[in-house]
Amino acid sequence: MSRFYSLFNEIQLRTVPEYGVPLPAGNDPRIGTGGYSYWAGKLGAAQLGPIYLGKLGVASLICGFIAIEIIGLNMWASVNWDPIQFVRQLPWLALEPPGPEWGFTPFVPLAQGGWWILAGFFLTAAILLWWARTFMRAKALGMGTHVPWAFASAIWLYLVLGFIRPGLMGSWSEAVPFGIFPHLDWTAAFSIRYGNLFYNPFHCLSIVFLYGSTLLFAMHGATILATARYGAEREIEQITDRGTATERGALFWRWTMGFNANMESIHRWAWWFAVLTTLTGGIGILLTGTVVDNWYLWAIEHHYAPAYPDLGTVDPATQAPLAVTQPAPPPPAPDAVPAPVVTGGAQ
Amino acid sequence: MNRQLVIASGLTALVALSGCELGPKKIEQTGYRGAGLAQINDVSSMKAAGVIPPPPYPLPPDEGPRASETYQNVQVLGDLSAERFNHLMASITQWVSPEQGCNYCHNPENMASDEVYTKVVARRMLQMTRDINGTWSTHVQQTGVTCYTCHRGQPVPAYVWAKQAPVHPMAVRGQKRGQNTPDANVGYASLPNNVFEDYLSGNPKSVRVASASAYPGWNPGVTTRSAEDSYGIMMHVSTALGVNCTYCHNSQSFRSWSLSRAQRATAWYGIRMVRNINQGYIDSLAAVFPANRKGSQGDPYKVNCLTCHQGLAKPLGGQSMIADYPYLRVASAAAPAVPVGGVGGVPAALDQPGAMTGETRPPAAPPADAAGAAPTS
Repeated sequence: MSRFYSLFNEIQLRTVPEYGVPLPAGNDPRIGTGGYSYWAGKLGAAQLGPIYLGKLGVASLICGFIAIEIIGLNMWASVNWDPIQFVRQLPWLALEPPGPEWGFTPFVPLAQGGWWILAGFFLTAAILLWWARTFMRAKALGMGTHVPWAFASAIWLYLVLGFIRPGLMGSWSEAVPFGIFPHLDWTAAFSIRYGNLFYNPFHCLSIVFLYGSTLLFAMHGATILATARYGAEREIEQITDRGTATERGALFWRWTMGFNANMESIHRWAWWFAVLTTLTGGIGILLTGTVVDNWYLWAIEHHYAPAYPDLGTVDPATQAPLAVTQPAPPPPAPDAVPAPVVTGGAQ
Repeated sequence: MNRQLVIASGLTALVALSGCELGPKKIEQTGYRGAGLAQINDVSSMKAAGVIPPPPYPLPPDEGPRASETYQNVQVLGDLSAERFNHLMASITQWVSPEQGCNYCHNPENMASDEVYTKVVARRMLQMTRDINGTWSTHVQQTGVTCYTCHRGQPVPAYVWAKQAPVHPMAVRGQKRGQNTPDANVGYASLPNNVFEDYLSGNPKSVRVASASAYPGWNPGVTTRSAEDSYGIMMHVSTALGVNCTYCHNSQSFRSWSLSRAQRATAWYGIRMVRNINQGYIDSLAAVFPANRKGSQGDPYKVNCLTCHQGLAKPLGGQSMIADYPYLRVASAAAPAVPVGGVGGVPAALDQPGAMTGETRPPAAPPADAAGAAPTS
């Protein structure tokens, strides 16, 4: 088997776990003093904990627990509280938003989608509290706030799908159900209703950034691993103090594609690609149904949908209607008995 | 340790692959290149066309006394010759009640009597068959249909549906909002599954959901949920015909007719034909059918695409039986050149209906699902 001969190595240090910097006044105490896991060390750092949960973390976990309970119990109730069917049908089960008849009112009977609104409220609260927690922890460590702002981009798409766009459309029913297959079916139906989302330019941008993110991730990860034997994992140091690892990685990309990122810019590229995936995606969803109702026709109008040969098929609804004349049922003969007699055994 | 990890992950990958359909595929391009316009079929799961039963004996000439003159109470097809009428009766027996015989519909003491409900139903179904072959030749083309297209030697066709039991809208227990169930009728998706009542009954929803305008305001009241409903019935059509979406549509725009194949127009008429059958012919017999021929909600079992198609784009693989029964096609009854045979063997054939088809199948269990859902494939 291949082995690393660098700081990416198989040796797991065991000593008193790192406790971390002193916390600012007013912060809650950390939970535990930390420990080691052999298997965690196979993936990343072997040290687990201590954890900082704080008031925001506790509130977020409580809200998240309530949301999952509402969703799970509604799903379980939908199979008449049968535990076996709950497990077997779980991928199909859902908690659906209120129907179109309820508009966007927050006051919907629980059984008619009120549970969905409640679950959505608590899930959103959990996510926003967790966002605040990442922001506060970044500040407490004197870090930049890049992580919370990247998280905020994903929250933007989530809120557009479940709250902002349904609000603009004036109907909860436009929101996404909670469920594994149901949210996928919703996605397919959403695209069909609005004339093929692939012609939505912001959907196009979102896909570019999504696939671009994976490409950048692969290129960067591969470059660093390939130069790890020269100390490339000390990436941030090498922003200001380039070593041979950086030089070799840069030279490799100049040789192969004539251009290279540097140790800082590659991380800005990756951050922006990831953030723009959900930012542009959210814009695309927001415009669907509110500004554009049929993206295929919109693309025709703007001359960028490819044209395929006209097959000459004509919409039958535009043709003269068929003369559908049903003969009246013949009257039963006078001897027909009122109560029908079943013959022929079981059939 | 690493060797064990490799073996374990390799085995896991192999187990995951066992979910794939590994057999040979039949791929047929059906539209413009490069747009995924193709039919891809797993050869091993393609349905066979089946064998159509031969007529019990050659079609007699339309000569001699009329059926209405020979027999009493002949309200449909009474203008046929009595010989042809007998030929039809023998055929119906092998198509619909090969095990049960003539007495499935007739009182042997009085063949003219309507006291057995199935005789009233059969008469109405004959009217329906002629209507399908005439008015609805937009769907059945020149292939036409006979009783066998649906019945396949069974008194009740294998694939039928009835209304679902309603769930109280304020219930949470058992509440699935008409979807989110692994249901064969919608291809095991979590799509809405009340699609037959929604789209194939007398009061159907519109299948069309995509707007005719690029901008909002022209498609009011049509929601994403409407598209899920529409997707559900389309999954039924797809499953029933053994085809994928691009058999009719170009997925660039499901709505566009100029991008669609001619098959889409055929299907459009088919959907309307099914609605007409269910509303005009089957629902009108609601008072005639006994309870064991009705679903849990008290409505008679009705038809959908699967009733005839049974997994094939053309029922019975497109084999036509209509040449032997020219009078079942009203519009062109005079035209076809039909081989006219002699008369004979009528009593023997009628006496042993099972022998006509060689079918010795046991009577199928009645489709009396508690939920009223149609048993399918």
